[in-house]
Amino acid sequence: MDWGSIFSNAMASALGPDAIVYALAAIGLNVHFGYTGLLNFGQAGFMAVAAYGLAASVATWGLPFWVGIAIGFGAALLLALLLGVPTLRLRADYLAIATIASAEILRLVFGSVTLSDWFGGSNGRQQFADTFYDLNPYSSRLDFGLFSFSANDAWVFTVGWVLVALSCLAVWSLMRSPWGRVLKSIREDEDAVRSLGKNVFSYKMQALILGGMFGALAGFMLAIKQQSVIPTDYATDITFFAYTALLLGGAGRVLGPVIGAMIFWFLMTFLGGFFSSAASIDLIPDVVMSDIQASLVRFILVGAGLMALMIFRPQGIFGDRREIAIDGR
Amino acid sequence: MLGAILLGAGGAYGTSPAALPSESPDNSITVVLLDTRGTEAGEPGTPVPDVDIEVSDDSGTVGEGTTDEEGRVSIPIPGLGSYTVTVDEDTLPEDTELSGEGGNERSVNVVISGDMRVQFPIADERAAGAGFVSKLMTGAVSGIKFGLIIGLAALGLSMVFGTTGLTNFSHGELITFGGLVVYGFNRGLGLPVVVAGILTVFVSAGFGWVQERGLWRPLRRRGTGLVAMMIVSIGFALFLRNVYQYVFGGTTKSLSQYVSQQRVSLGPVSLAPKEMAIIAIALVAIALVCAALMTTRLGKATRAVADNPALASSSGLRVDGIIGWVWIIGTALTGLAGVLLAVDQQVEFQMGFKMLLLVFASVTLGGLGTIWGALIGSMVVGIMVEVSPVLGVPAELKYTPALLVLILILLVRPQGILGRRERIG
Repeated sequence: MDWGSIFSNAMASALGPDAIVYALAAIGLNVHFGYTGLLNFGQAGFMAVAAYGLAASVATWGLPFWVGIAIGFGAALLLALLLGVPTLRLRADYLAIATIASAEILRLVFGSVTLSDWFGGSNGRQQFADTFYDLNPYSSRLDFGLFSFSANDAWVFTVGWVLVALSCLAVWSLMRSPWGRVLKSIREDEDAVRSLGKNVFSYKMQALILGGMFGALAGFMLAIKQQSVIPTDYATDITFFAYTALLLGGAGRVLGPVIGAMIFWFLMTFLGGFFSSAASIDLIPDVVMSDIQASLVRFILVGAGLMALMIFRPQGIFGDRREIAIDGR
Repeated sequence: MLGAILLGAGGAYGTSPAALPSESPDNSITVVLLDTRGTEAGEPGTPVPDVDIEVSDDSGTVGEGTTDEEGRVSIPIPGLGSYTVTVDEDTLPEDTELSGEGGNERSVNVVISGDMRVQFPIADERAAGAGFVSKLMTGAVSGIKFGLIIGLAALGLSMVFGTTGLTNFSHGELITFGGLVVYGFNRGLGLPVVVAGILTVFVSAGFGWVQERGLWRPLRRRGTGLVAMMIVSIGFALFLRNVYQYVFGGTTKSLSQYVSQQRVSLGPVSLAPKEMAIIAIALVAIALVCAALMTTRLGKATRAVADNPALASSSGLRVDGIIGWVWIIGTALTGLAGVLLAVDQQVEFQMGFKMLLLVFASVTLGGLGTIWGALIGSMVVGIMVEVSPVLGVPAELKYTPALLVLILILLVRPQGILGRRERIG
């Protein structure tokens, strides 16, 4: 078994575009769940409207790339408003169900045959980010010794981590402002905040929009890094993996989602590489685990890991147990 | 006239999330040849074996294969790109022929490894001759059937929610459990479907008990919050779904009996005998459970716990014991839903997961935690799903109206049709 390549692949994935996408998605969820206590289970929907807003604008309607980005952000804003109005006044699980349902509606609509002239059906849309790659200053591979990125990946890597850093900075400064303190107190006790004359609904809506914007950034990065959008990329699993990353790092902490996403992708790639090479060199007999089954073990472990994390250490690595909004209903 | 070809590219297995690096270098195009005559839109058809399929690209033939008894063939391709899939018409069964646009060729664009299935209907204009009213009636009746199946699952979900407050995101996997277990008894042990189905309901009941004892009761004892339990149920759903795929594989399989049946004409609508049986079984099961909830001691105790657990406990009811029974009965009902779904359609590892949101929609529409509400909601959702294609909603989007109603009802009447205001918080 080639431990060296398994390890370097895992490192590359912990620092590479995969982790960036999940870090941005989890930063958005952190604003929703970690700071405000909103259970948004539809982050995949925010990512999808942004990614398809960009892809369809450029590839279908021939608009400039930056207009596409603006349309993507606009679509995410609209989605937040549409979701927030009916659900933000209700109990947490209603928001959870409504958001997961709308993410699923969006995935079905983007993948539908009827609208394939716009969104490309299940083949999606490709080659819409040439403007982004034209700005690429790297002309050769970026070598980190243990692993290296292609010139395009290196550009995604650079822009992505700058975005993650800026997002963290934004969250950090917002959450130590009076505005952020209101969000945190909504998480702790809505009625107390209301009694102080704050409009809880309006604050929740602002938090939903802000987190949705980070979700939109994640959607852009996912679409740009592979120059392609396909509906299966925006299935509900991506939301739950982002939650796992967030809870792993620690909800309610600025760097929690970032560290969580890196660890999550390190483990995912490491376990994937380990089990697939274990199965292919017959360390594990074929009867017990075929190659296809080997690729599933890590997802089984993610499920079990999420359960264990929530039961035994809901605050994750960096969080504070008293600050996690898990007791309310 | 041959129904439809399903084309899948890449690994064609798996819940592989978006951003995974493609790990399997050996991509392939999977073709599933299904005859959908005599089945409804959305249902899988009968596999067509022994048909030669050829995959080619611009430079010539890439690979050839012959469909197996499940109508399936996988043809390896060298990499991503555009390919053309050709069906050899001479090898088709005698009474079938291809028609429709594009003839015997379909092009497929393989852009990324992973689950990427595309359905290419070749010719299935069976319903074109039927009148609008007749289509509407047929849709309504299959909606009632589908609604009853959803209703069984919704009843289970609603009972658990009512007594424990848990919004269980792993409920879809409990439906799949029923489907997979009945498949195991039927195909693995060779039992008749009826016997296998009865056994499955008992196994599901046991699964419910084990879950309650091994997972949910200890969590309640530790004082774990409801949101935390909801997230635990998501982890549990991910865990179960991937275990199912590990054990069962990513393909769709059918039971040994009642796969395709001739429809019997009943006045304005025609129904297959199995569909009548499904409707009857579901009605009887629902009626029994409702009667039990209304009249028996355990039923009254269940409603008491749902109303106010603390008061029920202080009146001398063993709350934990009652919740245990709720899990047993609720999971048994959900397992029965899985069995009926397996008989009605086919078995695959995501069959319940795909229904989960419809079950949520039904329960929310009717009113979270209410038994009658769950049933009314299920019927509305079931009929909406099956009738919407008749009213012009594209078949691939037939779940969306029901999900939109889920969001709209929260705007207009968040407690649902029969729910009480105080529950919504």
